[in-house]
Parts: sequence; structure tokens; C-alpha cells
Amino acid sequence: MKKVLAIIMASVMVLALAACTGTTVDKDFELNVNFASEPQTIDPALNSAVDGAVMINHMFEGLYKWVDDGNGNATLALGQASDVQVNDDKTVYTFTIREDAKWSDGKAVTANDFVYAWQRLVDPATAADYSYMADILLNANEIMAGEADKATLGVEAVDEHTLVVTLHTPCPYFEEIMAFPALMPVRQDMIEAGGDQWTFSIDTYVGNGPYKMESWEHGANIRIVKSETYYDYAKLGPKAINFKLMDDANAIYAAYQSGELNFIEEVPVAEIPALLESGELDIDPYIGTYYVCFQTQKAPFDDVRVRKAFSLTIDRNYIVEQITQTGQVPATGFVPSGINDAEGASGDDFRTVGGDYMDVSKEAYAANCEEARRLLAEAGYANGEGFPVVEYLYNTSESHKAIGEALQQMWQTELGVTVNLVNQEWNTFLQTRKEGNYSIARNGWIADYNDPMSFLDMWMTGGGNNDAQYSNAKYDDLIKQAKATNDPAERMKLMHEAEDILMGEDVVHAAIYFYTNKHMSQGFKGMYYTPLGYYFFTYATPAK
Amino acid sequence: MAGYLIKRVLMALLALLIITCVTFVVMNLVPGGPFLSEKAPSPEVLAALEAKYGLDKPLGEQLVNYLKDLLHGDLGVSFRMQKNRPVTTIIGEMFPISAKVGVFAVLNAVILGIPLGCLAAYNRGKPIDSILRVIMTLGISIPSFVVATLLLVLFSVNLKILPGTGLASWKNYLMPCFALSFYPMCYIGRMTRSSMLDAINADYIRTARAKGLPSRRIIFKHALRNSLIPVVTYIGPMTAYILSGGFVVETVFSIPGLGRYFIQSILNRDYPIIMGTTIFLAAFVIVMNLLVDVLYKVIDPRITLGSGGEA
Repeated sequence: MKKVLAIIMASVMVLALAACTGTTVDKDFELNVNFASEPQTIDPALNSAVDGAVMINHMFEGLYKWVDDGNGNATLALGQASDVQVNDDKTVYTFTIREDAKWSDGKAVTANDFVYAWQRLVDPATAADYSYMADILLNANEIMAGEADKATLGVEAVDEHTLVVTLHTPCPYFEEIMAFPALMPVRQDMIEAGGDQWTFSIDTYVGNGPYKMESWEHGANIRIVKSETYYDYAKLGPKAINFKLMDDANAIYAAYQSGELNFIEEVPVAEIPALLESGELDIDPYIGTYYVCFQTQKAPFDDVRVRKAFSLTIDRNYIVEQITQTGQVPATGFVPSGINDAEGASGDDFRTVGGDYMDVSKEAYAANCEEARRLLAEAGYANGEGFPVVEYLYNTSESHKAIGEALQQMWQTELGVTVNLVNQEWNTFLQTRKEGNYSIARNGWIADYNDPMSFLDMWMTGGGNNDAQYSNAKYDDLIKQAKATNDPAERMKLMHEAEDILMGEDVVHAAIYFYTNKHMSQGFKGMYYTPLGYYFFTYATPAK
Repeated sequence: MAGYLIKRVLMALLALLIITCVTFVVMNLVPGGPFLSEKAPSPEVLAALEAKYGLDKPLGEQLVNYLKDLLHGDLGVSFRMQKNRPVTTIIGEMFPISAKVGVFAVLNAVILGIPLGCLAAYNRGKPIDSILRVIMTLGISIPSFVVATLLLVLFSVNLKILPGTGLASWKNYLMPCFALSFYPMCYIGRMTRSSMLDAINADYIRTARAKGLPSRRIIFKHALRNSLIPVVTYIGPMTAYILSGGFVVETVFSIPGLGRYFIQSILNRDYPIIMGTTIFLAAFVIVMNLLVDVLYKVIDPRITLGSGGEA
């Protein structure tokens, strides 16, 4: 009997070992990572999701690229271009395409590939969600509106290796846009051969990045391998990266624990406190704001005093410490920390320069509530009397619900008002919120690029993401001026003024906290990250 | 028989047409749309998307266009989940995955469920019957996600002897197949046991005993055959359900099957996928039920098909 038991034990251990190892030799080093289930698309122009962007970042490369600064933070460097010249007023950039820039099928990357990709991006017929990322280019807005021909776009191939890019006004985040997936080159012949299906076949999905797609098992795995034609091939990390397509938090976490995954972002909410304590869960900065928006066109939230009262009574410290628990920072404005101001990455960020719109310290909470009650009384609802029953709308999810319940409790206790919680399934919620059929709604915004404009132009009258239905001519005017000016310092000043109106005077919404990202990783090192949510495994090596 | 079959097929086609139209209308009544996201696309982009996929036309015209395409076997392309990929390709890829797991689960449920039921009935009142009844009661009261999760935690996370995601090797099939078949196996077992007990007490069995036939022969030749009718009735819809993908089990084990995809398509408002999978699954259930009706005849010659139901 003992012998049998020993044999069973031994075989279990061997099997367990087999599941964990397999990465002893560097040459065979592979990574298994998870971001989400099946990506909606991996067409650089059509993609608008973070998981798709991570894959595209490994298989395509723009004029600029993200590289490791040595500490795991991504920083910009020239990618497919070997040189760039810019004119004095920073509106004309002349790029020289690298001599050794190659597509994964061996053909040379030419200036024309960029011209084709960018014209395709802004062409209304392409219907690309992120076409507005190219709106800095000359005539892009007119082409997207269908008023101009795509041939008039401010990009020109002078010869095979010279690309001239013309902007309508200088753009402080130009380099970052040049590294954005939507602006990466694509192959005209492949897209014409594959049509709408070109991304699904490895024969037509030809990229110019460090990795290339080897197979796509739908709903299960996208496997990418080193591209031999990439100019930095010799230094690349994993032989293959498998993007495991899963979306159930428990399944993902179980696969990580059993060693089937090296990297995950999603963990079950209940596990978070324990994982943080043990140090297994890492927190990364993420440029975004979680907030609640008020329907500013309907009573009672058409009154700024009511909006301000509701914002002041939110105990932001309680929410980040007791509910979200992953290092979020109480929000003191709408533009989050980490967004550059006029001096770029070297100077103070926009939030520091702009200052706080309210004191969110724990000590100030009682005084904030006092002020809130005074404002509410001034608006005609002393002690909440006569205040209509309002609804707080959120999309069905445990974490949003927990925040909703806390908010409900704070508003009812501190202001004496009745707030009902209403949850809707995601897609229904989006439509209800967009149409303005709510009083208070959960909301969130993640930066597209590191610039305050990414958070501010959305609040212009009639904007597609202006869920608060906010309208203020003075605000619109400031944003338009900021977009038109050639002076970076003036531009920032105008945007600070705009935020003063949005948050200080009009209190269009109550910012709650600035987002963070989280991940768990094991068995490798050398990953780097940008606070836009992109992780890079390009140069990862096995952990010793 | 042939006349009956033709009638049933025509009825089935009519049912499919009704299902198609009702699904189409209900789907469009539900708030939301395929192009909504946290970051709303600009009005120009939205208009271009709607024009590209024909959503700018009136609903009636959209339905007529859909039915026309359907007649040609064209189910359209995905709007969102696998943007621009034909729905027929997607179903053709995902259904076999669900079916592979499903076939093993169905076989497991039938091959184990029926003998276990017989065994319990044969040993009625004895300890073995009691044990089996406890297991079967457990089986029909524990939801499949609990079974699936317990298996996953035990064999994949703790013991690390079975892989918990995907379907890469035969080992991947063990846990999902068992999780998927546990409920139907126990249900079939219970049903077999009770209908077997009914049969054992019937007059013709008493006659057989009186004639001095051996008890094995009585159980397997006479009683079992008659007690299988309710089981067969259940097997039809069960097979359709299991083969079309256990949503929960596919989610827990990250299996890219049709069941999970169907639910996701509704959440995403990916209209062509909702329509395609609904029609496909409906057709599948209808076909399975038809097969079951034909099977009745094989098992019980007293049942006649096609005589208008008076049989």
C-alpha cells in the first residue's frame, strides 16, 4: 500500500512540475498573458480598445514607438523613422523612414504606407472610432466631416523614404500620436486582397512590428512570434507571446495560480485585499478619472448649488480606502494627475499647476458637508425638505454597486435627501446615459493621449461624450481658442481657465478618484508600461 | 411515416420563420446598440457605421433584407465581437467546439445514468439504492457552476494535475465533460429508477414472473424497454442543450464554445450574431425533437406516427 501511495505522490509531483516549468531554456521562452477575451478587432485603424492596442503595439510600429526607460516606464523614441526635422512654427515635420524598416513578409516599409494608412483612417467610409486621433493633421476634420477629399490630408510621400506631415496648428503631444495604433502604417495590397477579413488570416495580416501573428484560435488564443524582418530582431525577448482570450475573473485567476498564465490584469474583487497585502498584486498609474455626472439640463440638478452640495458630501477617502482599495487617489479636479502641463514630462503636471477644486482631506469632510447643507438650503431645500426623490444610475457590477450604495448613504445622511439606486445592463445603461434620461449617473474617462485636451474638449456643447448635456458658451469658446493657439503656454492657460469653469464655477460633475491599473505577473522580467494602459512584453526575459 | 415527416418539416420551417421575425423585432426593441461604448463614436462615424451595415434603413426593410439573405444561407457579418467576420464562419467554428465537449457529456450522462437507475431500482430499499439516491439528489440540486468551480479548484489550482483552460489536449475535456454531464446523468438515473419501479409493478411483469422467466431477463428485456420512454423524451432536449454549449461550464473553463458566445452577443448587441445563433440553436432543438419522436416508434411499437395524434 505504501508503495502505491508513493508512486501516486511521485506522479502527481511530476505532473505538477511539468505544468509549472518548460521555460528553462531562453531560446524556448514563451509568455502566456491575458487581457480580455476575443478582441473586437486588431485592425490598427478600427481598434478602440486597450486589449487590441496591446496586441497591435507588438505587431505594428509607428513613426515613434514606446521604449523602456530602464525602470519599466515607457518613453517615446523614434520607431520606423530614423530622423525627423521640424520647421520653426512646429507645423511641418519631415520624417526619414529607416532603411531597414521591413514588413513581416520582407518588403520595405515606405512613406506611401503611412500615407495610405492615414488617409484610410480619416476616410468616413472606413468608419473608424478613433479617426479623431488624426484630427491634428491638416484638413483631417474637413475630411472626416465629408467636406473634403482624403487626398488633401496633411501627409505626403516625397519619395520612398521621406514623409512630410503637416499640422493645422502645433501639437504638444504630436510624438505620442505618432506612436498611437491608429496612426501605424498598414499595407494597401493586403487590405485590398483581404477586404474586411484581412486581420483574420496570417497571409494578409502583415505588420511591421517586432512580432507577427502565427495563429488565431478564435475565442482561445492569439499567438504571436518574433518577426525575423524586424530591425531589432536579435534583441527581442520571448520566442512567442500567447494572448490567452478569457474573460471570467475566477477562471483567469485560477489559470494564473496553476501557472498557465504569466500575466493577468483581472482578479476576483474578493481576492484583492489579500493579494495586495501579500504584495502579489501590483498597482500601476493609469491616466483616468472615475466620476458621477449630473444631468445639468433637468431639475433639480440644473441648479449649480445642488450639484455642488452633492459633490461636497462625497467622502472620497472612504471610497478609495474601503471600496476600491487599489491605490486610487481622491480626485480634486477632472483632469487627473500624470497629465503634462506646458513644460511636458519634465515640469509639474497639469493637476499640480491647476490646483485643487475642493479640499478632499479627511479633516475637511465635516466642513465640506456643512457647506453642502448651506448650499442646499440656499437652493430652497433646507435639510433636504422638498427635494425630489432622485435616482443614481449605474451599470450592473459589484464594484459600481458598492460605490453607489456608499454615495446613497452619504447623500441621505448628510443632506437628508432620498436617492434611489437604479442599475442597468451595460449597453442599456450607455444608451440611457447618452440620452440624458437620468439625474445622476456613474461615469469614467481614460486618456487617449497625455494632454488635458483629452479630458476637456468632450464637455463642449453637443459633444458625443458630454453625458451631462452641459452647455456653456464661454467654456466652448475657451476650448476653441486653446485648440487654435500656437503658443503652448497660452494653450495651457486657456485649458486651466476652462477647467476652472467646468469644476469650479459650474460643478458639472463630481470627480471621485483617479484610476489605477493593476496586474499580476510571474516567471519573467523586463516588461514596461505606459499609464495609457499599454503593457509591453517585447524585450521580456525569464526571471531567474 | 413519410407524410408525417413532410408535415413536421413544414411545421418546423414555419416555426423557424416565426422565431426569426420575433427575435428580430424584440432584439431591436431592447435599448442600446452595437456601436455604443464608454467613448461614443462621433456622429459622422456612427452614421458611416450604420450605413455600412444597413442599419440606417427602416426596420421593416432591414427584416426583409435579412430574410432574403437568410434564404441564400447568408447570416451577415459580426458588427462588433469579431468585427466583419461572417456569422456562418463563427458558428461553424464554435459549434463543433461546444459539440465536442457536449457529445462526451451526453454519452457520459446516458451510459452511466441509465445503468445507475436500473441498479437502484433492482436493489430497491437496500443500502446501494440509498447511496445512489443521495448522489442523484445531490447531482440535481448542485448547480453546474458549483461542480465546475469545485473541480477547477481541486484538480487545476490545488493538485495541478488537470489544465483548467481551453481544449488543448484530452485532459482538458475531463472536467468540463463531467461538470456538464453530472446534472443530466443524475436526472436520467432518477427517472430511470422511478419508471423502472412503475414497470416492475405492472401486470405484464407479474405475468412474466409467474411464467418463471429469470429476473435479469425481466428487468432488461421487458421492464427497461418500457421504462425508457420518459428517458428518451428527456434525452432529446437535453442533447440539444448540452451540444449547443453549457454557458456556465464554458465560462468557467474558458472554452470558446457557442453557448457562451450566444450570451455575449446579446450583451454586445451584435445583431447578426444574436440572429444567427438563435436561428441555428432553434433549428437544432427542433431537429432533436423530431428525432426523438421517431425514436419513440423504435422503442415502443404501439406508438404510431402520423395518424393525427389519436394513437
